[in-house]
Amino acid sequence: MLIFILRRLAQTIPTLIAVVLLIFVLFSVIPGSIASTMGDDGRGAMDPQVVERMKKELGLNDPVHVRFVNYLGKLATGDLGNSFRTREPVTKLISTRLWPSLKLTFAAMAIAILIGLPLGFIAALKPGSMVDSVSMVFAVSGLSLPKFWLGLMLMYLFALKLSWLPSFGYGDGGLKYLILPAVALGVSPMALLARTTRAAVLEIANADFVRTARSKGMSETRVVKWHVLRNALVIVLTAIGLQFGSLMGQAVVVEKLFSWPGLGSLLVDSVFQRDIPAVQGSILVIVLFFLVINTLVDIAYVLIDPRIRYT
Amino acid sequence: MRFRANLVIGGALVATAVIVGCLAPWIATHDPVMDANLMNAEEPPGRAFIFGTDAQGRDIYSRIVHGARISLTVGIVSQLINSVIGVALGLTAGYWGGWWDDFVSGLTNLMLAIPSLIFALAIMAILGPGLTSLLIALGLTNWSFTCRISRASALSLKSQPYVQAAKTLGYGDIRIMLTQLLPNMLGPIIVIATLGMGAAILSEAALSFLGLGIRPPYPSWGSMLSEARDTITTVPWLSVFPGLAIFLTVLGLNLLGDGLRDILDPQSMERRA
Repeated sequence: MLIFILRRLAQTIPTLIAVVLLIFVLFSVIPGSIASTMGDDGRGAMDPQVVERMKKELGLNDPVHVRFVNYLGKLATGDLGNSFRTREPVTKLISTRLWPSLKLTFAAMAIAILIGLPLGFIAALKPGSMVDSVSMVFAVSGLSLPKFWLGLMLMYLFALKLSWLPSFGYGDGGLKYLILPAVALGVSPMALLARTTRAAVLEIANADFVRTARSKGMSETRVVKWHVLRNALVIVLTAIGLQFGSLMGQAVVVEKLFSWPGLGSLLVDSVFQRDIPAVQGSILVIVLFFLVINTLVDIAYVLIDPRIRYT
Repeated sequence: MRFRANLVIGGALVATAVIVGCLAPWIATHDPVMDANLMNAEEPPGRAFIFGTDAQGRDIYSRIVHGARISLTVGIVSQLINSVIGVALGLTAGYWGGWWDDFVSGLTNLMLAIPSLIFALAIMAILGPGLTSLLIALGLTNWSFTCRISRASALSLKSQPYVQAAKTLGYGDIRIMLTQLLPNMLGPIIVIATLGMGAAILSEAALSFLGLGIRPPYPSWGSMLSEARDTITTVPWLSVFPGLAIFLTVLGLNLLGDGLRDILDPQSMERRA
């Protein structure tokens, strides 16, 4: 088991390096030199000598491949470079944003799982029934809602009209600040999970081994509990992993809308400030989160379904 | 054939959006950009302006009608680019196999690891705002699903007798792919493209909302919402109508995609989500 986990972890390294390369190359082809845009704050052109000194300081005179190797080398020691704006290490910027981001992502995913799974399951037990139709209409609507519009409407109703919850911000980090952004972020994965669960349960419920279990006289509760749920879970788990992993990236708009101090806000603000190291760093952490979650899901498969063995 | 609610409702919603977009200059009552008049600023919905006016006195209804053009253009064009890339890579990878297949699979996994909105955001940051950048950013970042499906189809189809027969007849690889394989995998690809259009419209709205997509004063539904956010307490109708337009268009595409899947791709299970 330990060897499997280690091997699975090792498999993510090439993907990670490829992601780093991609992000690095993308931002190396930006038209205009970074040093010249940095000084471009409306006070006229910068002194060419200053530009030259900054380029040297930032190592921008080296060829791209040398810069990439340098970047990769620093990355291996956990150094993401310094922010162009604040001159602070990017790792420090990210570390203050990571906790709010994780909190929001986990809360949204909890909502999605707690409502989406039962909804899909109930719908699948009686396909074609009223309950099924209503929950699937609900699900397809949830998938079609723009997150930031839903957030805006929630903000209008619950914060501005009813004054039940604060309209934006992180506040003291309390639960009441978390509710609206988490709901706005959680609705679409919830809808997706409801649909996946329904499809998975329906598929398994028609499988041969379920019919066999029924025909040998097993009670319906036991059939569902022992055969249907356990097998459907493997399929649902994949969907959970993919959704969960990409949720931190999807949170960008919700974070901006609610002024939530997470990685998404950092990313967008850094893009507007042309703070390339901060942009690269935040994207990298968002991708890393995706890879970690999906590796954990792969490990969970083996625990749930003993037939799956990666050797 | 039984009545398929999702196909009919979805088709009707999408058809409405397309008709509105095509006829925008004729059914709009005002110019979406030029007809600003501060005397009419922030009028609530009423007889003169059915959806009200914004802070600059522009007619919301006319802006939404014109916004349909942007959303649909982005949805259709970016999805066409994605489909072409996905099919070209997936089909060749599945048919040829070997190192090319390994390379394409690696690339697909890489694309899957970067959330598409984040990837599109990075590209927008480099190219700058605007419609062309949006089409490129959204067209390059959402092909991995199409690629996987066409690769899988090519793998299973290439051992079919009729493909072997075409080979024996001396057909070239490209000809076999285009005439023998592609027509047999179009169903699922059309379904993914339809659903992808909805996703692209949502991404366009999100990027415009963040200020990285279509910039004001041009009437994109996302940028309208971005402008409306600050005045939601005093003029809430500004936020309601553009959001409803996005929701109904994407809902239409999602329902249509579901309906098409029931017909074109009946065996799909995991793709049902």
